[in-house]
Amino acid sequence: MRYLPHSDAERADMLAVIGATSAEALFASVPRSAMLSKSVDLPAHSPEFLVEAHMRALANKNHAAADGPFFVGAGAYRHHVPATVDHLIQRSEWLTAYTPYQPEVAQGTLQMLFEFQTQVAHLTGMEVANASMYDGSTATAEAVLMARRLTRKDKMVLSGGLHPHYRDVVRTYLDNSPNLICQPASPEGQGDILSHIDDDTAAIVIQTPDFFGHLRDLERAAEAIHARGGLLIVVVTEIVSLGLLEAPGALGADIVVCEGQSIGNALNFGGPYVGLMATKKEFIRQMPGRLCGETVDAEGTRGFVLTLSTREQHIRREKATSNICTNSGLCALAFSIHMGLLGEAGLTRLARLNHARAVALAKALRAVPGVELLNKTFFNEMTIRLNSLAAPVVEVLARNGILAGVPVSRLIPDDPAAANLMVLAATELTTDADIAALVSGLTGALK
Amino acid sequence: MSMNTQGRPTGIGIAPAGASTPAGAFASTSGSSLLPNEPLLFEIGDTEHSGVDLPDASIGDEFLGGFKRTTPLDLAGLTEPEALRHYVRLSRLNYSIDSGMYPLGSCTMKHNPRLNEKTARLPGFADIHPLQPVSTVPGALELMNELAHWLMTLTNTSAVALTPKAGAHGEMCGMMTIRAAQAARGQGRRNVVLVPDSAHGTNPATAAFLGYSVRSVPANAQGTVDVAAVKAALGPDVAAIMLTNPNTCGLFEPQIIEIAAAVHEAGAFFYCDGANFNAIMGVVRPGDLGIDAMHINLHKTFSTPHGGGGPGAGPVVLSEALAPFAPVPFVRKGDGPLALVEHSSDTHLGRITAFNGQMGMYVRALTYMLSHGGDGLAQAAKDAVLNANYVKARLTPTFSAPFGEGPCMHEALFDDHFLEGTGVSTLDFAKALIDEGFHPMTMYFPLVVHGAMLIEPTESEPRQTLDHFCDVMLDLAADARAGNAGRFTGAPTRAARRRLDETRAARSPKLKWERAESLPRAAE
Repeated sequence: MRYLPHSDAERADMLAVIGATSAEALFASVPRSAMLSKSVDLPAHSPEFLVEAHMRALANKNHAAADGPFFVGAGAYRHHVPATVDHLIQRSEWLTAYTPYQPEVAQGTLQMLFEFQTQVAHLTGMEVANASMYDGSTATAEAVLMARRLTRKDKMVLSGGLHPHYRDVVRTYLDNSPNLICQPASPEGQGDILSHIDDDTAAIVIQTPDFFGHLRDLERAAEAIHARGGLLIVVVTEIVSLGLLEAPGALGADIVVCEGQSIGNALNFGGPYVGLMATKKEFIRQMPGRLCGETVDAEGTRGFVLTLSTREQHIRREKATSNICTNSGLCALAFSIHMGLLGEAGLTRLARLNHARAVALAKALRAVPGVELLNKTFFNEMTIRLNSLAAPVVEVLARNGILAGVPVSRLIPDDPAAANLMVLAATELTTDADIAALVSGLTGALK
Repeated sequence: MSMNTQGRPTGIGIAPAGASTPAGAFASTSGSSLLPNEPLLFEIGDTEHSGVDLPDASIGDEFLGGFKRTTPLDLAGLTEPEALRHYVRLSRLNYSIDSGMYPLGSCTMKHNPRLNEKTARLPGFADIHPLQPVSTVPGALELMNELAHWLMTLTNTSAVALTPKAGAHGEMCGMMTIRAAQAARGQGRRNVVLVPDSAHGTNPATAAFLGYSVRSVPANAQGTVDVAAVKAALGPDVAAIMLTNPNTCGLFEPQIIEIAAAVHEAGAFFYCDGANFNAIMGVVRPGDLGIDAMHINLHKTFSTPHGGGGPGAGPVVLSEALAPFAPVPFVRKGDGPLALVEHSSDTHLGRITAFNGQMGMYVRALTYMLSHGGDGLAQAAKDAVLNANYVKARLTPTFSAPFGEGPCMHEALFDDHFLEGTGVSTLDFAKALIDEGFHPMTMYFPLVVHGAMLIEPTESEPRQTLDHFCDVMLDLAADARAGNAGRFTGAPTRAARRRLDETRAARSPKLKWERAESLPRAAE
């Protein structure tokens, strides 16, 4: 077996040094009844070329995003990732390093995390950011719990524009608490979250651009919730939007959580992704997750360490702010390298290009008979209402090699008002030919 | 506020940030050694340079609703050659499994096969969207089903929730299914979780996170848990026990079957922390021990890379009693093609993450499993146990084993008796290992042992490496006892940095680069 260095002779020698009669003797403490008498019913080991062929055969059954016109978004986005990013993250020293608990031998990872935290803070317009969460949805749930700790209040209001899966994750984390108010889905950008705010409200959660693509007014929301002693949590699922849209921090956000997948990370059928979390300095002691901080070594040279660990499970155990441990280190690295390659100039151009492609898509969709565009505002994603059910239309187009948008009914199955809706995204990779193919496919399907 | 766009690099030649000596951040970018002091991205890059060529699209404000950004992004950009150099230089400041052994107990730092990286990057896995039509991703569902089959077969369980994002998330998921099952049984008032003193920090954190109060169960003098101690702690208020097996002392819990029976008899569930599954995969099936739920760290046992702190993956295998409470989404196998169940019925938990979990890790883990086969996984477990016992045999009696000299499982635990009176602490000793080319072992964990050193070599280490490691450990021990405390208290001296001031970092946290720091300022 190519991954196991010992020969049988070496194993025997080592057993002799140990003073054990057999490998099985080392398992003497295992109850006899629990030891398997024969090997598990699974295939035997396999050469590399056969394993690769098996995996390739599975992969080839799937329609990859690059195989044709592609407009699927709704929380995960297809962007171009520079070749440099994937090359660098596969370097041994990044890929196979452990969590940087021993800072003297992990300065690479630690400095990168410090840079990552800086990038996230600047993007969101917040004072501090942590070293990553699992993804945007779990970061949102953690932000909700953090707001409860900070305010010592219980009631939470989720906007109808929050991604339905994010809403579900928050529900699960809060064990379906009756104090969790979820506004009905708002495909037209409607809904008045401010009317739910009272003195018991810990926080309101607003996504912008929202699930349906609308840009939401954060400033008014911030004023309203702050007046009642609560917090504004802002969710961003398309991080590229912050290259064009105002920073949530500048509009009064107290906690900003984002899905960072768009930068540096592949679609991966949903994971691994990278959750971003940023907040105000005064709140850091209630922030979950790892934090990297600057310090000096014994010779006075600048260096970096994981810090404020008294918030974390390995120190505080049951008194920790969260149970999170392993997070998304390598995805954060990919994000940070890609963002470092873009810089302010590149991110700005990328965001403008995304918006320009979305405008082209919106204008083309508006011209299709049977299609109604619901957005007055958007960044790179929008919702349309069809004159028939959206899910079968998406299936028909998929059979023709066009991956159109997400039928809203897939996420909100029980709402008849959602049945004809479709959410579509455009990115820098969306060509005029893609849009033409979509328009022609839709026109045919809606006849 | 915007960055300096006049000349670049912005910071070079200016006094180093926070450093009180000239040998600071910028002094040695030309490389006085193989360990560069690399400036920060924000000190090299500026807001105008970019390593990505993109057309400048003309856009109007029509759809932007007045929300256009006015706050400067203030993001440093690098051209491609500069970026490569920055991240390659930084990488060289890291220890990694490819460069040497990690004797880190509890972490299972094993070899990461590159075939796994190759398969995870196949476009049919990496370039598929979680919300594209299910009909366009049959291969993805097959892969998830196949991975589930391997995990259930290795554990003899009847269901697996694949979606947890890491071990702690898996614990949360497993404990949530227990809570849901008890609520369905009308046992919703059970609010205590039993956790042994030796448990990983995530266990009590998870229990508390879900609103349970934690009741400790003491370990016995042999480092394991007595069924009598568990029985004494059980009661009608107990929802579950969270027990690691093999435990964090590197020992198989000999009474685990009796413990499971006692827990079930009391109407509670048995959550097993599967962080140490590497010791027993293919040799013992946890389902045969009576466990109800156990997470499996794919980034430990099944070799998906640690990546400097993730991403991980923590699928949870579930007993029949808990299976109906698994979170969505999951793959359902019926008569026809595999189905992806995305919405919960009455009993299912709901979602614990937005999408389908860590697909990239599933691909890597299944690739690893297929490469090993059932036979190879069992051999890997036996080699992991062999390697730990070899280290234990070579290091005792110089190093003191708190729970006797009998065999351990996949990790060997020592206490700090051998350092008594030397003026050298466990921490100092571990830092001295760095100067000898090894990553420190796990220290001060488990908490039940004074000055603990927990060593897990994994099956990946050849005998020569183990011998070299043991020689170094014995040499260090002899030196400590010979009175050469300076070799330890000053260590490391040969790493990228000397010992770092963690107190300073925590007292006045500096968590991001601040513009003012790249400007000259008076000496502190």
